[in-house]
Amino acid sequence: MADSTTADAPELAYGPTHYDELEHPPLSTGVSNEKLTMWSFLGSDCLLFGALISTYLLLRNRTGPDTHGPTAADLFDIPFTSVSSFVLLMSSLTMVLAVAAIVEGNLERCKLWLLTTAALGSIFIAGQVYEFTTFYREGLGYTTNISSSAFYTLTGFHGVHVSLGIVMLVSLVALIQRGSLTVDRAETVEIIGLYWHFVDIVWIVIFAVVYLIP
Amino acid sequence: MSTATDTAANAHGHDEHESHGLSDLGYIGIAIILAILTAVEVSTYFFDFGALEVPSLLILMVVKFWIVVAYFMHLKFDSKILSWVFVAALVLALAVFAAMGTSMVFWQDPAGCDIGEFC
Repeated sequence: MADSTTADAPELAYGPTHYDELEHPPLSTGVSNEKLTMWSFLGSDCLLFGALISTYLLLRNRTGPDTHGPTAADLFDIPFTSVSSFVLLMSSLTMVLAVAAIVEGNLERCKLWLLTTAALGSIFIAGQVYEFTTFYREGLGYTTNISSSAFYTLTGFHGVHVSLGIVMLVSLVALIQRGSLTVDRAETVEIIGLYWHFVDIVWIVIFAVVYLIP
Repeated sequence: MSTATDTAANAHGHDEHESHGLSDLGYIGIAIILAILTAVEVSTYFFDFGALEVPSLLILMVVKFWIVVAYFMHLKFDSKILSWVFVAALVLALAVFAAMGTSMVFWQDPAGCDIGEFC
């Protein structure tokens, strides 16, 4: 005979009601809390980058009172930035292949793609450091004018996001290497992948709106 | 009757019928499309597209954005609630963009300064 607790429990279409067999109770959203949390975080990051991009567009051609010097747009090296953009775009491919590999249960291939993704991200960051250094030598520092402040803040925040992503990717490889991350936790790689793809789509917007649109 | 596999899958929020996206070759195909779109974008720097330049760049940007979100981030194959979370945030971000954009119009100084003291 069912006890009163079981009898009163609602019928859930998406999962068993034997809570003891699960890591946590069935989810009312049908989506894991971790994945939903990452998407919510990415949503909040959209607002951050939306504000930063808007600020740059507002100030892109202005130098401010009593300041002078070039704007970032005067110094853009589009062919160089195009190569960086392509590298970051391809890192999204290697990331999705890493997720596919762990879903298929191939941890070695997953590690290889994760390291490739981290390497491509590092190349992108190296390119950004080179670009910033070149701009600085051309007389465009962070406080040269309000246009440069807006540019460095926007692209710098993106660079920090990519750098954090690289740290997470390398951490995943280390976890797989020591056996802490196994095939049954493939969703962890997928969630870090979501973050990585997000920094890619943010760059898609920055590359078009900041660099290419005159 | 639930099997142990079903139980584990449901515990992690996966429906057994849920698709995990494309094959590896499918993803490579998507990446080739993205590379071609990027090449078209960059070509606007070298060739004069006239009045079509800005609209074409914006369209290409939106298409690339959507492809990455839909296929690489699996939003096309995932639960609709994730799409709603992301789209709601995007709409809010666009609202911020639009609100700041109005300042370029309404705060314009007729004397030639763009926004008050920042001229």
